[in-house]
Order: sequence, then C-alpha cells, then structure tokens
Amino acid sequence: MNITQSLFESEHICLGPINYDKDPEIEARWSEDADYLLMVGLEPARLTSPAQIKKKYEAIEKRQEEDKDLFFFTIRMRADDRLIGFARLEWIDWSNGCGYVSLGIGDPNDRNRGYGTETLRLLLRFAFDELNLHRLTALIPEYNAAGLRLFTKAGFVEEVRRRQAVNRLGRRWDLLHLGILRDEWEAQRAPNESTRERLTSF
Amino acid sequence: MMNDLFRGELTRLAAVDAEKMSKAWERWNRDVLFRRLLDNEPPTLWSAKKIQQWIEKELERGDQRFSFSIYPLDSERLIGFVELNVASWQHGNAWVGIGIGEREDWNKGYGTDAMRLVLRYAFDELDLYRVSLGVFAYNPRAIRSYQKAGFVIEGRERGALLRDGERSDVLVMGILHSEWEAQQGAMQEASGG
Repeated sequence: MNITQSLFESEHICLGPINYDKDPEIEARWSEDADYLLMVGLEPARLTSPAQIKKKYEAIEKRQEEDKDLFFFTIRMRADDRLIGFARLEWIDWSNGCGYVSLGIGDPNDRNRGYGTETLRLLLRFAFDELNLHRLTALIPEYNAAGLRLFTKAGFVEEVRRRQAVNRLGRRWDLLHLGILRDEWEAQRAPNESTRERLTSF
Repeated sequence: MMNDLFRGELTRLAAVDAEKMSKAWERWNRDVLFRRLLDNEPPTLWSAKKIQQWIEKELERGDQRFSFSIYPLDSERLIGFVELNVASWQHGNAWVGIGIGEREDWNKGYGTDAMRLVLRYAFDELDLYRVSLGVFAYNPRAIRSYQKAGFVIEGRERGALLRDGERSDVLVMGILHSEWEAQQGAMQEASGG
C-alpha cells in the first residue's frame, strides 16, 4: 500500500473537477468539430452553447451524486490547468465489479501527444486500485483507429463485435467491445508500480 | 389478407396490463433462478404496488420502448414478457429482453415463438437495422432459443458476472434485418409458400 501514490496526476496531465467558469466556453468550441464528435460518441452531432453545457455538467454531477455509477473527470494540463478533454468511468455494476471507460481529447493540437495514454493509465489505476473493479469495457466504432490503438496498447482485447451497429458517414460500421481484466492490468503494469514492489518499499 | 403481427404458432403478444403484470412480477421476482437467468442485478423483492408504478411510468416512454405480455395462443394465462428498447433510431439499433416467468411453461418453445414475433415487429414494423441481446454463458437453454430465432453470437464479455463466488461470461448476440429477411424467405420456401 502506498497511500501517497497520486491517483490524479501523471507526467503531463492531470484529472480534475469541472470548472463551471472556464470549461463551458471551451467545450462549446469543440462541439463544432465534427471529427471530435464522431470519435467521442454515437449521438447525433449537436451544436451546444456554453449555457447548455453548464446544464449538462449539472446533470452529470447530479447523476454522480444520486446514481453512484459514474466518475466523471476533466483532463487538464498539469502546467497551467488548461482543459484538454474529458474522461468517464460509468455504468458501474458494483455487485459484479464491471464498468465502462471512455475519454476524449478535444483540441486536434492536443492529440497524438500521448495525453490519451497518460489519461487511460490513470483511469485504469483508479478503476482497479481505488474502485476495486474486476473488469472494464470500452465501446469503440471500428472507424476510430486512434481509439482502438489507444485501448489496445493499454492491454484491452476485442471481446465482442456488434456487426454493423453504427450508421455513420454513409455506411455501416461494426461496434467493438474491448475489455481488460484486473489481472491482465496487474501483469502489464510497470514493475515499480506492482503491488509487491510497493509493499516491500513501504 | 389477415396479417396478424402479434400472433405466432404457439404464443400471442398482448398489451401490458400494469396491474396483471405487476402481480405476476411480484411472484416471478421470488424465483431466484428466474432472476439469475434474467439479469445481472441482485434480486430485490419489490411490492406489486411499486412494480405497478414502474410499469405505468415505463409504458409512457412509448417512443423508445415497446413492451408486450406473452400469452399462449387462445389462453388468458400471462406467462411472460418481452420488451424491445430502441437504443438509437439514428443507428437503427435495439436491445431485446424476454422472460417466461412461469416455470411450468419453460421448454415448450414459447420463448422462441414470442422472440420471432418481436423480431418481426422490430424489422417489419419499426424497420430497425439490427437487434442485440445479452445472455449469460450459464444459460445454454436461452442461447439455443435465440439461435433458433436467428441470433448469432457476436462475442463474450469475459467474467462480467460474479455469482456464488464464480465468474461467468456475458454473451452478446445480434441479428441483422437482412439475416432475418433471408430466414423468412428460406422458411417460406421450405413450406412451399
């Protein structure tokens, strides 16, 4: 056990709360980016004003409080607390130890810099070390090559292929369920992070 | 031509009567095997009153959710339920859930027959593109029934269930509109229609 281990910071980024003063303006800009919307969800693209986004944040926090099946994070740069994206652990099924994970990096200039990988590493540690879950699932349409790479690199494997479940860009695409089990995550985490190492160094 | 959407070979689908259905659910919920085959939540013994409130609320969500009672053909005995939840009209996707609550009615083909009716409704009436379902690996009887109705296994979420200290997989199955059409054609040919 290492109770001083940071759950929310990694090298360049950190997980943080919603900032109601600053974040709605930034997310409203992202809602105009069709590529971003294509990658982060299966909902129809929808232009969203800062005021609507504030309401959405309120609904998210209400759900966190009442349903206890959601952990919502903003992704921010450690250096200046700038918002770069969002991450969720949700639909948590406590009695079976399962949950779903998703994340998105909003600005194209912040993509392909390893921030998603850093975020996912924090989310996995939070899900397995803090929430004590047994497994996590990510739902990724087959056209999202960057998402598939991100999760595969982190140790997720394809478990389900819902054929032609996504209707986008004028054609049908499969929807993949990628999964990772707790022991798979334990086996591939860095040696200096392993439970045994941490126990002996405590 | 008589084209009854809601009558099959063994069963018929009927509207949900909230009072009748809630009394049935109150009883079915006490059958732990039924509950453990049905879903991944810890069974809760809700009162008929509470269940009725839920059913009435759910029935108002008519644009996303299509709920039916299952009766044997020409009988007034409520034996189960089936419901279609449209996850997205944009993608033409729905999930289906079905249960035969009365144990004496298991293994009689009622579930398969009712599933065929609801698939016909999903594809012919709602014009959906595909229908999905989740089923537990320890429920081979249901898996066979879904396969008979035309579903194929699309994968398994490993160890997604923990019961009596043992992990089991959850299978995801799916059927496409085109597969269902092909199956209808083949059945008609076989019957010389």
